Amino acid sequence: MLDATPKEIVERKALRINPAKTCQPVGAMYAALGVHNCLPHSHGSQGCCSYHRTVLSRHFKEPAMASSSSFTEGASVFGGGANIKTAVKNIFALYDPDIIAVHTTCLSETIGDDLPTYIREMEIPEGKLVIHANTPSYQGSHITGFASMVKGFINYLSLNSGVPNGNFNIIPGFVGPADMREIKRIFKVMGIPYTMLPDTSGVLDAPNTGKYKMYPKGGTKIEEIVDAGNAALTVALGSYASEMGAKELEKKCKVPFITLKTPIGIDATDELLMSLAKQTGKEIPAELEEERGQLVDLMIDSQQYFQGRKAALVGDPDEMIALSQFIIALGMIPQYVVTGTPGSAFAREITAMMQEAGLEGIVKAEKDFFDVHQWIKNENVDLLISNTYGKFIARAEDIPFVRFGFPVMDRYGHNYNPVVGYKGAMFLLEQMCNAMLDKEDRECAEEDLEVVR
Amino acid sequence: MAQDMKKVMDMVLEKYPAKAFKTRKAHIVVKTEEEPQPVITANTRTVPGVITARGCCYAGCRGVVMGPIKDMVHITHGPVGCSFYAWGGRRNKARAEEPGGMNYMEYVFSTDMQESNIVFGGVPKLKEAIKEAYELFHPKAIGIYATCPVGLIGDDINAVAAEATKEYGIPVLSFSCEGYKGVTQSAGHHIANNIVMQEIIGKGNETPKELGINILGEYNIGGDAWEIERVLAKIGYNVISTLSGDASYDKISNAHTANLNLVQCHRSINYIAEMMETKYGIPWIKCNFIGIDGTVETLREMAKFFDVPKLTRRTEEVIAEEVAAAEGEMAYYRTKLQGKTACLYVGGSRAQTYQGLLRSLGVETLVAGYEFAHRDDYEGREVIPTIKIDADSKNIPELTVEPDEQKFRVIISREKAEQMTKEGVKLGYYGGMVKEMNNNTIMIDDMNHHEMETILGQLKPDMFLTGIKEKYVIQKGGVLSRQLHSYDYTGPYAGFRGAVVFARELAAGLYTPAWRYVTPPWKQKSLLEGKVAGGEA
Repeated sequence: MLDATPKEIVERKALRINPAKTCQPVGAMYAALGVHNCLPHSHGSQGCCSYHRTVLSRHFKEPAMASSSSFTEGASVFGGGANIKTAVKNIFALYDPDIIAVHTTCLSETIGDDLPTYIREMEIPEGKLVIHANTPSYQGSHITGFASMVKGFINYLSLNSGVPNGNFNIIPGFVGPADMREIKRIFKVMGIPYTMLPDTSGVLDAPNTGKYKMYPKGGTKIEEIVDAGNAALTVALGSYASEMGAKELEKKCKVPFITLKTPIGIDATDELLMSLAKQTGKEIPAELEEERGQLVDLMIDSQQYFQGRKAALVGDPDEMIALSQFIIALGMIPQYVVTGTPGSAFAREITAMMQEAGLEGIVKAEKDFFDVHQWIKNENVDLLISNTYGKFIARAEDIPFVRFGFPVMDRYGHNYNPVVGYKGAMFLLEQMCNAMLDKEDRECAEEDLEVVR
Repeated sequence: MAQDMKKVMDMVLEKYPAKAFKTRKAHIVVKTEEEPQPVITANTRTVPGVITARGCCYAGCRGVVMGPIKDMVHITHGPVGCSFYAWGGRRNKARAEEPGGMNYMEYVFSTDMQESNIVFGGVPKLKEAIKEAYELFHPKAIGIYATCPVGLIGDDINAVAAEATKEYGIPVLSFSCEGYKGVTQSAGHHIANNIVMQEIIGKGNETPKELGINILGEYNIGGDAWEIERVLAKIGYNVISTLSGDASYDKISNAHTANLNLVQCHRSINYIAEMMETKYGIPWIKCNFIGIDGTVETLREMAKFFDVPKLTRRTEEVIAEEVAAAEGEMAYYRTKLQGKTACLYVGGSRAQTYQGLLRSLGVETLVAGYEFAHRDDYEGREVIPTIKIDADSKNIPELTVEPDEQKFRVIISREKAEQMTKEGVKLGYYGGMVKEMNNNTIMIDDMNHHEMETILGQLKPDMFLTGIKEKYVIQKGGVLSRQLHSYDYTGPYAGFRGAVVFARELAAGLYTPAWRYVTPPWKQKSLLEGKVAGGEA
């Protein structure tokens, strides 16, 4: 397994091996799926669209619908204007969405297709909408693509009518439908009216009823996006995936925003609840406090399995920032923390947390799984947390492994369990602890196989 | 099935705007008694805006044909996404040739181009990436694959490859397989075929072996190639190479020493079969190792081709043994599956080959279509001279090969070939999907979501065998879907043992208790007892 990876670390300047990120359009497609009656549309050659739908389907085990402009060489030379105009006509005739969310690809970006002009010039049926986001794959990652599409919705749709609606806008970040459900539950329990954008719950975790629906009942409604311009506050969860949209809403509609961590683990969830309490003057309800107490109880009960153990974390920046904090809270050491997404805040923020806890480790953005594996070969860890692709390293080095983030394509059911909030932290803790205990049970001497742990 | 398929076809088409209607109409045909060989349009541009299953040129070249060559380092020159999606996503099982041998299947490589590389050119980064790959891995060979933006900004990957070949002393091959080329992944197959033919096949120095064969267009999904090789080895054949499932650079470089080429996936590799016949004199036959009947037929045809009494005897012995081992389970699953109906929409071969296997299990195919086929895959090779080459296909280079002065061999004489043809060995021929289909069935080229949904609603098949993008749509609609691109991560499905695995899983999928729970019991039976006023309970 990964036998060709040498222990000796060589600095690479150009070759990316086993990346810890993917490209912007898949993030944009995911965000667009979180809008009700919306069809994501990929403006470029059709392979991109096909790949993105595939990876989303494999992750969620759900349909991921999206159309493509299906460029061939001609469109690449003469521009994709004719393709998008034909596409929009066909999409409304065949698939009847309320809104088409177009994202660009490397191809349409490189030839400089001017989407705003195309959209202005095309015939859009009455009551229907077309919006766009620029998502060339040679910038950022799937996380920035997600952020750009959220910004695109806001930029095209949100309006400040001068009548405040008293809602909070929530931009949840590139998290799963179960996480979005959990965040909404927290707001409900807190008694705060909200609009979540995007909201893939109900869309990418739709029930099987024996009747296929192209647009399941979930997703943020268009009128909610419009009305987001009248909200009291935007809560952006995760600076990488969510702040861009929040800033756009402030710029366009004067809605103030706060940026908080993705609420993974105890500290980040505390921070969310306290911010909400501060903003609204509401008390933190007993229901949530009880959950927190359960989590703390679990953390204390299981502490011996975490204390001083080392973890390697690979994933998306917002999630890694919060997860590192949780790892520290469990008494573990985040030995290696890596994201593929570029950006300097990532390392700064996590390193500061580690320094405060008196810990040392390697924290880097724009790195890949090959780097992490080489570091592990030099100094092993007790736990690896990453998307599915980490399993090669976990097997090669015999490391307990928890699947987390995007994409997880080799396990079922993960999209029904949240990792955010206190409940999500309990689920994560359970998985982490069990992964390490499974290894011990599997590999310890027979006389050491304990009945009770 | 009493349905009038022409009516179903009309329903599929009625929602289209005029221009799209005209285009799509030509891609949907009904095979009837009156029209047993309908003309279908294929390999043309996808209608913009439809939800298509099709992929791109890069996917066909890097993903399908070249990716499985395990001892090469395949560097995608482009932004990170294209390589990410080619990382283990396609199932092509491989193990190192010898312990400690090279196998890079667990890795994916890219230049991860950034905006500055797009603006100022990506050549320096590509050169550096090749250097780093060479120094880290010392592979047998390196492949460079161009993605959309590379073609647009004009990075000269051919020059980079030529220079690197000289510098590092290993073959560095370049593939101009930008995603926008052609109309599907088929363009990428062709580009890969050309380079494999020019740069790999024929470079090896081994001498021809007795009963040497290549299996072309076999990608070892779920271990298919290994099951096929097991049977072939048992009979006594020498499998020289498989293109490109579990393939190594060395084995492919000696492919020219085979005496016969078997073509499994016609669409992805017939170019190589044709060119090898001209250049090295190796005849080809279309094989089919999907299903017991298909496998038996192929083995018998191979025996006829080699025409050695001992081989023929051995072939029959092995067939008898293998059939005997499989038939009990096959008969059992037939009792479970008899009378069911299926629709198929897969790649460029499986939509046909699985029809035979399904038929042997008592399952009737109502609709079948290919994602990236050409007309000959539907109608047979006899239509090749009449296929119009359009602008998109013209951009894919056509190679013209000449007989190789040193390596061309006369494997069978013209007279012998004619005699064989009379005896039913179909040398260099493929009849296409249509001949395998029943009357009153539909062939759809490039089926899109709208068409699939209409068909599901109208025909209500018991199963729809296709790919991941369609699978959950179909299952949400209460119909079983199995992925024929990936076998839903089991397999093998090929050969004798594979047929049993397929039958077992199909039955398991159809009879899983979960289907009974789709409608809640309270919706099937009223919970209230008593009478509704003025009506029945």
